[in-house]
Amino acid sequence: MLQLKKISGAWFFFILIVTLYLFLFFVNPSLCISSLIFFRQILIKIIPIFLLVWFLMVIANYFITPKFVFKYFDKNGVNKWLFAVIGGILSEDPIYMWYPLLADLRKKGFNYGFVACFLYNRAIKLPVLPAAIYYFGWKYILILALIMIIASISQGVIINKLIKEKL
Amino acid sequence: MKKAIIKATESLGKVLPLILGTILLVSLLTIIIPESFYTRFFNKNIIFDSFIGSISAGTPIISYILGGEMLKQGISLIAVTTFLVTWVTVGFIQIPTESIALGRKFAILRNLSAFVLSIIVAFTTVLILNIV
Repeated sequence: MLQLKKISGAWFFFILIVTLYLFLFFVNPSLCISSLIFFRQILIKIIPIFLLVWFLMVIANYFITPKFVFKYFDKNGVNKWLFAVIGGILSEDPIYMWYPLLADLRKKGFNYGFVACFLYNRAIKLPVLPAAIYYFGWKYILILALIMIIASISQGVIINKLIKEKL
Repeated sequence: MKKAIIKATESLGKVLPLILGTILLVSLLTIIIPESFYTRFFNKNIIFDSFIGSISAGTPIISYILGGEMLKQGISLIAVTTFLVTWVTVGFIQIPTESIALGRKFAILRNLSAFVLSIIVAFTTVLILNIV
């Protein structure tokens, strides 16, 4: 029971799917093999993008530390938007881990708009780029990410106005 | 640099089983499900597609893989983009938790505005993509 608790949701999901494939191998081998061939095709195309993203993440982790973010982006209004955007993109799951920090940031002058902007940008995730680029291409993902960043700030401004009026 | 390498490897390592599992599942579903299913289920109705994305509370990787497969089956890019964006920015199921943490008004307003924005984001993205 204790061992089960140590398995993360992601690994549990993977083991479940592998078990499904094992079951399928005995029940319907041709379906299992066809699916695995399709899986291999996707995997081969995705590996180079994966390596590139890993490299970009190493560079980002090396230069953009939480200290760096707080030092340079916690000064005035415009920089707070930047902090919300960059922080949202770099933040990792699960969301409930971020609630205490967001509550703390609100006390330090981060209004609801910044929080909304931060949460919106959590949608842009570096580790999932390989799959996203594989399916949609660089151009689409780049445009979508830029539009989403603009939308996140717009949402923040809207939330600030609406909550000011209603609270 | 060593720290940065470890952190990047750990971040990717965390999502790797999810990515592999999802691709395995999608591979299986692609073989099983007929192509007509996607076109019937996602019937070019942007509001409907965005609603499906909004009630789904998965990680972004799943939405990209599903969206990619939907695109291959002939669903419009606007509908797929709306689905992708709502999947990651709107979480109707998570509203109770978000309400407890950040307030009910904020949670409702954030999700509703994200829902509306997803349609605008989809149209703008596809429009720019066609121009560039």
